[in-house]
Amino acid sequence: MTRALLSGNEAIARGAYEAGVEVATGYPGTPSSEILETVAKQYGKAIYAEWSTNEKVAMDAAAGAAYSGRRVLVTTKQVGVNVLSDSLLYAVYTGVEAGLVVVTADDPGMFSSQNEQDNRWYARLAKIPLLEPADSQEAKDFVILGIELSERFDTPVLIRTTMRVSHSRSVVTLGERPGRPTNVGPFIRNQEKYVCTAMWAKRRHPMVEQRIRDLASYAESTLVNQVLWRDRALGIITSGVVHAYAREVFPQASFLKLGMTYPLPERLLRSFAQGVKRLIVLEELDPFLEEQIRALGIDVTGKALFPPCDELLPDRLAEIAEAARLPGVVKPLRSAPVPAGLPTRTPLLCAGCPHRSTFYLLAQMKLPVAGDIGCYNLGCLPPFNAQHTMGCMGASIGVLHGMSIAGIPERAVATIGDSTFFHSGLPALVNMVHNQSRGVVILMDNGTTAMTGHQDHPGTGWSLRAPQAPRVEFEPLIRAMGVTKVVSVNAFDIAEVERGLEDCLSHDGPSVLITKGLCAQLNRSPASSYHVREEVCVACGTCFLLGCPAIVRSEARGRADRPKARIDATLCVGCDHCRQVCPTGAIVTEGPTGKEDRR
Amino acid sequence: MTKLDVLVAGVGGQGTLVASDILAEVGLRAGFDVKKSDVLGLSVRGGSVLSHVRWGRDVASPVVRKGGVDVLLAFEPLEAVRGVEFLRQAGVALVNTQPQPPVSVTNGGGVYPPLEDVRRILEGVASSVVFVDATPAAVKAGSAKAANVVMLGAFSTLTEVPSAVWEAVILERVPERFRALNEAAFRAGVALMKGGGRS
Repeated sequence: MTRALLSGNEAIARGAYEAGVEVATGYPGTPSSEILETVAKQYGKAIYAEWSTNEKVAMDAAAGAAYSGRRVLVTTKQVGVNVLSDSLLYAVYTGVEAGLVVVTADDPGMFSSQNEQDNRWYARLAKIPLLEPADSQEAKDFVILGIELSERFDTPVLIRTTMRVSHSRSVVTLGERPGRPTNVGPFIRNQEKYVCTAMWAKRRHPMVEQRIRDLASYAESTLVNQVLWRDRALGIITSGVVHAYAREVFPQASFLKLGMTYPLPERLLRSFAQGVKRLIVLEELDPFLEEQIRALGIDVTGKALFPPCDELLPDRLAEIAEAARLPGVVKPLRSAPVPAGLPTRTPLLCAGCPHRSTFYLLAQMKLPVAGDIGCYNLGCLPPFNAQHTMGCMGASIGVLHGMSIAGIPERAVATIGDSTFFHSGLPALVNMVHNQSRGVVILMDNGTTAMTGHQDHPGTGWSLRAPQAPRVEFEPLIRAMGVTKVVSVNAFDIAEVERGLEDCLSHDGPSVLITKGLCAQLNRSPASSYHVREEVCVACGTCFLLGCPAIVRSEARGRADRPKARIDATLCVGCDHCRQVCPTGAIVTEGPTGKEDRR
Repeated sequence: MTKLDVLVAGVGGQGTLVASDILAEVGLRAGFDVKKSDVLGLSVRGGSVLSHVRWGRDVASPVVRKGGVDVLLAFEPLEAVRGVEFLRQAGVALVNTQPQPPVSVTNGGGVYPPLEDVRRILEGVASSVVFVDATPAAVKAGSAKAANVVMLGAFSTLTEVPSAVWEAVILERVPERFRALNEAAFRAGVALMKGGGRS
């Protein structure tokens, strides 16, 4: 019996392997990205894995593969389910030929997301089973169970992890992969099942309703819903990682730990409620369990004590429980406070980042900027303050269009990355062409999906499976969409970016400025470090406006006692941006400049 | 030793996660149940990185409570101070002495706490605060980047797990050409705790 320490995400990938999954699709997003990366790296011979252009495409591909008889896994972060929901909802009516599991990695605490939405609601909306693993062993087991349920009940299955499950490691017992047929047969023509036209879909709806009733019966007896009787003064209903926290905070309490959180087991809930003096629900984010339990007429406390915002870590649980005088709460620990006023470590664009030139210029030009999701969202922070909206993937271009049709008195721009542009920028740009608005779309092409860990996209020329893949070129694509003003510039040449921006801004219609420059993290041949000639530096502070982590305040002072600049040689990769903005020529290099795009 | 809760605190790029993965794996090989949890914030270089590593008989939560950590293993003095709330009374703090000032200090108004303040703050809680000159030792072993492995060597002397187990886990994780470097770094960490070099 082999045991291994796996992260929740690695365990989900392992679960896919042991469940006989044959196709895995998804779009990168923290905290879910490592699932598909592990599938491709560890199990790529057994499982086809791809980064799709967006979550909806991933879901459609999954449906098509499942209709064709392949077991499928779809992975996404929580907001990605918003994107794939249209496709998930038809798959609910059609069902599948082989198992289909969708994994959503939620983000209580918002470590890397734009909202704190609770995706358990999607299971209720879609009327599909929902599994919530608490640790890596369950993460693996629940993928196997999910595939089994999907095939047994002819339904997609939703698995919800959270950041703490996905990014924690715990011990997992490994199993074997089942034998699966190498080939699938011809595509099954079953129109009444797989064509969701109203006349046929209307007949499917009662089946969906019956199915969720059947699943509710199954939930009464499934082993993943467990009762642990101890002291009856307090009964706690939990799921996911919160169960692990609660075990430590309430060592004497009785537990109903739900592995399957939709549909709920009514009889089991009632018998547990009757067996305890006081009943509480511990769940992060929304009162998803609480409201359904209360709707059964069961007296239960949840959000009245434990708030819907942020994680419910053990310390917070203990503090709230103590204040509410719940019985059997673990004793508080003595803890020293973190001293106030410690310097922060805020995220910054990396030294050598190709996005820096654009934000340096936008900050000076003071244009309104519709932003998007990616590293370049850091352009909203000082010293740039040059992104004024940011909502979700691909929103920037539509928001720019809206600013244009609203008739704002300024010229406006949108910033969008290369991967995000493929994800959901394309339809919005075509809309600008069709509805004849104006504005500059700055396509910040750094040749990768940088923020989530450098995944591929259709413009990279490689894929998750293949070192070589067709490269979709932006300029011909955008011209073919009907944009007549398209300018490509080298992101490491600030004057060239400025000329391109001015050119696009003067265009009466939609225009696209493509700023090309390889992500600094992918640059395998950085130029040697630059340095500041202290005797030439006049302490004007212009280079500080680049917000580069390598440009720091020197001990040396210039006029009005202002600090001169110094370059940290361990961080500088010689991108040349600072040399270009220095008005006195104080920043120099002995080596070649890193100005050319190194793709 | 029936349990050990550790907080590994560092800065993105210091190999904090690699080190905490090694700690977790060593615990597993030594016969413990193990859980760990990483907090990265935005996955951009240069941010604070915190890892909770727990060895025990039956570990429930992957997150240690504030005031519950037996050993604070800090790869950077400022990050040690940031992690002080997790340290238990009479716990141990092992701190790499090499500061890595954040941009808010090098480029703004923030003030980096002097090392004597760091020591004073930690000594307010810990029974033992050990400053380890891990970075010079790592440079001597071949690369400043191996400071995380020097710190693991120093940490290993606080446990009953034999050096051979530590070295096996570390060497499995590094490419062939970096093995000698990492072996030297680990042993330098052990030597720093047993001999001079502590400050």
